Amino acid sequence: MNEQTQQKKPGEINLSSQPDDKGHFGVYGGRFVAETLMAPLEELCLAYERYLKDPDFISELDDDLRQFVGRPSPLYHADRWSQQLGGAQIYLKREDLNHTGAHKINNTVGQALLAKRMGKQRVIAETGAGQHGVAAATVAARFNMECVVYMGAEDIQRQAINVYRMRLLGAQVVPVESGSRTLKDALNEAMRDWVTNVDNTFYIIGTVAGPHPYPAMVRDFQAIIGREARAQCLDQTGRLPDALVACVGGGSNAIGLFHPFIEDDGVAFYGVEAAGDGLETGRHAAPLCVGRPGVLHGNRTYLMEDDEGQIIETHSVSAGLDYPGVGPEHALLKDSGRAKYVAITDTEALDAFHELTRTEGIMPALESSHALAYVSKLARTMDKDQTIVINLSGRGDKDIHTVAAHEGITV
Amino acid sequence: MSRISDIFSALQTQGKTALIPFITAGDPDPQMTVTLMHAMVKAGADIIELGVPFSDPMAEGPVIQRACERALRHHVSLRGVLDMVIRFRLQDTITPVVLMGYLNPVEVMGVTTFASLASQAGVDGVITVDCPPEEAGGEYTSALQNEGLDPIFLIAPTSTPERITMISAMASGFVYYVSLKGVTGAASLDVQSVENKLAQIRSLTSMPIGVGFGIKDAATAACIARVADAVVVGSALISIIEKAGDDHGRLVEQVSDLLSGMRAAIDGETADIK
Repeated sequence: MNEQTQQKKPGEINLSSQPDDKGHFGVYGGRFVAETLMAPLEELCLAYERYLKDPDFISELDDDLRQFVGRPSPLYHADRWSQQLGGAQIYLKREDLNHTGAHKINNTVGQALLAKRMGKQRVIAETGAGQHGVAAATVAARFNMECVVYMGAEDIQRQAINVYRMRLLGAQVVPVESGSRTLKDALNEAMRDWVTNVDNTFYIIGTVAGPHPYPAMVRDFQAIIGREARAQCLDQTGRLPDALVACVGGGSNAIGLFHPFIEDDGVAFYGVEAAGDGLETGRHAAPLCVGRPGVLHGNRTYLMEDDEGQIIETHSVSAGLDYPGVGPEHALLKDSGRAKYVAITDTEALDAFHELTRTEGIMPALESSHALAYVSKLARTMDKDQTIVINLSGRGDKDIHTVAAHEGITV
Repeated sequence: MSRISDIFSALQTQGKTALIPFITAGDPDPQMTVTLMHAMVKAGADIIELGVPFSDPMAEGPVIQRACERALRHHVSLRGVLDMVIRFRLQDTITPVVLMGYLNPVEVMGVTTFASLASQAGVDGVITVDCPPEEAGGEYTSALQNEGLDPIFLIAPTSTPERITMISAMASGFVYYVSLKGVTGAASLDVQSVENKLAQIRSLTSMPIGVGFGIKDAATAACIARVADAVVVGSALISIIEKAGDDHGRLVEQVSDLLSGMRAAIDGETADIK
């Protein structure tokens, strides 16, 4: 108990009522953008606050989540895998079963509905692995909106199938050649587009980072994951879970799962970052584990940076985790001690990918495999009557080429 | 009174508009920056704006992005930029120097340490692109002011009258009007809409107004000079630097030519009307 009080001290902050009206999660978050974007962000903020309370908007969103996305997603008891590990009972929140194969669509449906209400005919998005880009292109096709997706030239090479999917959906995929030619540069480029075309364009950010209101708004659209999981867990096990585990790149699937449990003190949160080749090698993407606070992409948060404040290149086998920052709410959850952040290497994640595929017949995304790998360690330390809920944030079909390449196989 | 305010009042008496060239420190290489600064003063610059290279310059167009990348390949740090200002001040104690960059390198150094070192180096004003007044209200602005540095803020075409008032209240030296919705070096700007917005800004503040983003040639500079107190030119200069490659002699000559052409056009224009 002593430890508990000590950990909560940096906050004395009510974690369930974040952010403040300027978008600050404790000292994190905020709105660090050039002046041109301040007015459109304020406009977005007002629209978002208004429609979140609008029964028509909410009912249209609920309807889309049910009929188009396929919600609710199941909470699946991974019985065989739990037995094999010999510890806690493991439940998978099956976001991989959503339309387009990941949790990303929960958010793009919400933001596209908002764009429609705001009268914007053009949407733009950044993407790393391509999952968010596909989810954005999907809703744009459905709402008949022009869609431009910015993607690092490096990632375009790595994720050819998702690039083609986006093009089939009618989106224009723009290769980003600046900087490290990955997700962070795609985000810079999308911001540049937005600043130029603010009048008719809605920027659909894919994660809980960026300037206010994005971290709060994306969280609220993803919180459906945790609300369902909480009800399903009570229904299926008669009690709340003991631990929640999710992978963290920008952190949207993790916040979506964690947030509705934030006041349930008995439920532990574990966020799993990408340790890449190993934290000690420097080739990783684990800002919460080994980075420090700074300002990037419109918000204050933990970053991977050098001694001069330049952002450094990250590495992970999973393109979706390959990002040098993280959502500001995670930064606060870390400092307050409410969530614990750990890291899993490429090799451990690949092992977990195979383990779940063979044991449960479910092929997870490499991002989600990081969460699975941590659970395979955590479950063993827990009792058989305890439960863990993992966010299985996406399916692994997009990753089979990467997995094959690691085994030296050409598909 | 800061060196920046002094320049603006002097130019006002003469009925002239200030010319502010922008280059990225350390581009094309760290040895050239101080040479270029002196050459630009000689060609007619009233204030020098020095870009601090950053890995993720969100508000910059491709030209200045590439300038940042070239400078970072030479590992130009914020401290390195301050050293360049120290060297510039050995020969020039008059021309104001304004640093323009992003918040993260400043925060890594520590805002108070940065303000103190910048002031000692001879910096006069600081523009931090991604630090709007809402986020600058705490330590940032007071740290700069305590060291006698002018905190300079941007005003955009999208800024509301309330925001313009708030920004002007926090700024000193001058305010920087971003003349188009877009990134640095973007397409072409609509002089009429700049003129309208400047009239609105002037009704809300008496501070001098610099105008930048999208001023590419002497003709545009002259048009803007009719309505602004300062004309900022960046990407057009940096394009010259980029094209000149390793030919440093030619580079200095071409940068000087563009600026003196702008100087003449601005002075010709303002002499007619002011």
